[in-house]
Formats: sequence, structure tokens, C-alpha cells
Amino acid sequence: MHAGSAILQLLVAGIGTGSIYALIALGFNVVFKSTGAMNFAQGEWVVMGGMISALLFASTHNIGLACIAAVVIVSVIGILSERLVVWPLRRPNALLITLVSIGLAICSRSLVMMILGKKPVGYPGFSEASTLFVGGIAIQTQTLWIVGLTLVFLLAMHLFFEHTIMGKALRAAAADRDAAAIVGVRVETTVMLSFAIAAFGGALAGALITPLTLSSYDQGALFGFKGFSAAMLGGIGSLPGAIVGGLALGLLEAFGSFYISSDFKDAIAFAVLLAILFARPAGLLGRADVVKV
Amino acid sequence: MSEALLKVDSLNCQFSGLRAVADLSFSVQPGAIKAVIGPNGAGKSTLFNMIAGVTAPTSGAIHFAGVRIDTLPTFRRAELGIARTFQNLQIFREMTVLENVMVGCHLHGKVGVVKALLRGRALRDEESAFRDTAFALLDRFNLAAKADVVAGDLSFGQMKVLELARALASRPRLLLLDEPAAGLPQAEAEHISQIIADLNRDGMTVLLVEHNMRMVMSLSHDILVLNNGQWIAEGTADHVRRHPDVLSAYLGETEHA
Repeated sequence: MHAGSAILQLLVAGIGTGSIYALIALGFNVVFKSTGAMNFAQGEWVVMGGMISALLFASTHNIGLACIAAVVIVSVIGILSERLVVWPLRRPNALLITLVSIGLAICSRSLVMMILGKKPVGYPGFSEASTLFVGGIAIQTQTLWIVGLTLVFLLAMHLFFEHTIMGKALRAAAADRDAAAIVGVRVETTVMLSFAIAAFGGALAGALITPLTLSSYDQGALFGFKGFSAAMLGGIGSLPGAIVGGLALGLLEAFGSFYISSDFKDAIAFAVLLAILFARPAGLLGRADVVKV
Repeated sequence: MSEALLKVDSLNCQFSGLRAVADLSFSVQPGAIKAVIGPNGAGKSTLFNMIAGVTAPTSGAIHFAGVRIDTLPTFRRAELGIARTFQNLQIFREMTVLENVMVGCHLHGKVGVVKALLRGRALRDEESAFRDTAFALLDRFNLAAKADVVAGDLSFGQMKVLELARALASRPRLLLLDEPAAGLPQAEAEHISQIIADLNRDGMTVLLVEHNMRMVMSLSHDILVLNNGQWIAEGTADHVRRHPDVLSAYLGETEHA
């Protein structure tokens, strides 16, 4: 393989992983926007998406149906999580929500382990043919699904936030809780909705990545940290930032592991992440004033 | 006498030792402009916060249009028809001017979450209806040209008008205005006064906190004076102006009246 096609190959791999990170980062951003908190249960929803899809696939043998049902189920789990641990907080503040989200993550992981088991699970890709050869490089068809569905989801989110009254209400509640409530926005409902969206995005990421990497109950924390890093890298709270941060992190990992060492894949990515955040504390697309909480 | 639109009964609010509002009772008749005045720290903002649902009273009751509201969540009071502006401007700075007002229309959304997910179209139709309503409001207040500007980039006076437009977008029956003219030059303060007078002529009931006495005296039908959280006088501008307790509350601090 000559240098040119190696770079292309890495580019494809990086964009694939990066899309997954973008989906997870979007979950962090949506919850951050509505509560100012970091939701560390985000990674667990990725695992649930993958594992529930696998379970449903085993009984239905229909990948599409299994994944759609899994994503819906995990979205409901997201709603339940918010109702059970965030909603009862009398005076919710960002730090408190972040803290309970860590507890939520630990409980979710234990529940997943108890109910779905410790064994890694998987299922075939969405398309019959698993690999395409284009111009000398191999592209896994699942990567195309990942990139395509991520784009569709992010576009839908963009339309929701910019072009629906509910999306605007959610942004308003994020910007100023009291002022939004005064004009009649049900702030608690917008928080619940943001958890549903975050869980949906996370579960979608899990359902998409499982055919490539398998899924097991203990991957949640790593997915969470990657998504969190991507969100910070792109600029926390920024929708386009999730895409930019996710892709940047995915590409860093792909190129870093090829040109330097795959043992240091995560370390390289985090080193570059730190370097970028030293230079631009608000992230690549973040505005300084977005970070004030 | 017609039934009061807003009725406050023996309202108290205590913050760890400090009595911000003490045993306060008053009412606002429909169609009236009532001003609440008093020296700094008199409890005016706390009173507003209790009516709007930002602060919970320690005891007492608030009725709006016959409904007891002091235990209702903020958005429920907004649904009943209470809107407010804030002393220190709480607009959504990162959203456009038009979007700010559209969020104010939010209450009149009929499309629920489930329906929205199943039928994106209903949501889009509703969004464009709100867009028209919001634009008409901006037009009325000479802000239409700024519709797509990010709200944080407006001048201070424009932000004040925007906040008023956003409050009106929810089609309230009672407007709580917390220092609508604070920090504005006289000409812009008069513009706001004019807007309030016009709204009132169209039937809007207004409860107003304001330090600009020219505005208070020219707009209000009656005036409630607070000092240290307590009722000290209530009545027409003339009555209040001559009331000895009012004079001492305001002037006592500067000694010889």
C-alpha cells in the first residue's frame, strides 16, 4: 500500500470513529445546554444501544428493527433516568447533576451487566456486503452507514434546535432558566427532552459501532470520556462543535495509531486534546461566554 | 367594584432573618396601571418574584383572576396570563431578536412532543405562524429591522423593548414590569412610557416597579408605597405625594424634609 492510499484509508477510518464520537459528544452538549452539567452516564447509553440491539437481533434476526427498537428503548431509559435522578433534585445545579450522573453511570453499568450479561455481543453489519473497494482502499460498508446516519441525525438536530418552537424553548431554557419559565417554558420538560435526545444519540452510536467492535457492558466509561473529550475539543454546548470535535478526535486516533503507535492511540489523542485546549480553552468552535455557568 | 385581577393577602417573605416583605396586602383592578415604589431594599423585587413564581413566599396568599397561584410553578402562572420583565434584563442573548419573541409565543403551541415526532409538518406550520406573530410584534415596536440580529448585539434601550415584546408574545393579562426605564436616557424612557400607555389603553393591566418618578406619576392610576417590606401608603399620585409616612420614608434618610 503506498502512502497516498494509506492516508485515504486512515481518513476513512478516522471519519468513521469520529462520527461515533460526534454522536456521543452531541449528547454531552445537549444535556450541557439544558442543565450546564456534564452527564457521565452518556457512555452507558452507547453500551445499552449496542447490547440491546444485539439481544433483539438474536430474537428477531432483523437488524433494522432491532436497532430502531433498541434506540427507542434507550431513549425511554434516558427519560426515566432524568425523572429518577435529576427531576427529584430540589434545587438542581450543574455540579449536583454532574455528580448524580456519575452515580447513574455506575448503576446503569451494573444493571446492564446483571441483565444483559458480561459477554461481549455483536451482530453483522447493516449491509450484506461488508467491504467495498474504491480506488485501492477498502471501505467497510458499516462505516458508510455510520457516517450517513450520523449526518442525518445531526441534521435533524440542527433543524429541531433552529427551526422548531420547541427547539427554541430548549435553547431559551438553557440560556436563562428563570426567564424561560417566566414566558411559559416548562424548564423541567426541556431537561427531560434533552436527556431523551442525548440517550437517543448515544444509543444510535452504540447500535452503529457494534458490528465493528462488538459491545460489552464495561465500555461505557471509555465511550463517555471520548465523547466528553470530543465535546470539549469542539466547544462544549456547540452543535457544530460536536461534529468538528468528534471528527478531529477520530482522525487523531487513526493517524496517531498508524504513524506512531497503536499502543498510545488514546494517549496521543489526549495529548493533542490538551494542547488544543491550552491554546483555545473554549474549544475549536466554542465561544468564551458559552462556558460561563 | 369589579373583582380584582391580582389579590395579595398578608404576604410574607423571610430570608434567614431578613423580612423582605412583611404582611403585605393589596389588589390590582383589571385595566389598571399600579405602581409599586419605595426606597432601595423596600421589597419591590421580592414582591415581583413572588407573584411571578421565582421566589416562594413564607406565608400569605396570592390570587390571580380568582385562582390561587402562590403554590403554582412559574410556567403555570405564565399560562394563566402573567408575564414579566426583569430589572436586570434577562433576554436570551445568543438567540436572535425574532427567536426571543418566538419563545414568548411558546405558550400558545398546541403541538405536543409525541405529535411533533410523528408529524414534523404540524410543528413547522406552527413555527411559521409564531414567526409571523413575533414579527408583527417587533414591527409594532420598531424592531423589525433587527429581527435577525443576535439579541446580545442590540443597544441597551432596544433590549429593554425586546424584553417587553417577548413578555407580550405570551398574550398576558397582567404585565409585571420591573424598572422598565432603568438606565435609559429620558427620550427612550418616554418611548417605553408611551408603549405602556398604549398597551393599557388596549386593556392591559400593569403592575410597575420604577424609580423614574416622572414615569410613575404620569402613568399610574394608583401607587403602592413600600418601605422595609411593609405597606406604608396606597392611593393616587397626589395622595401618596402628600402622605407624611411616604415623605419620611424617602426623605428621612436625607434628614430634614
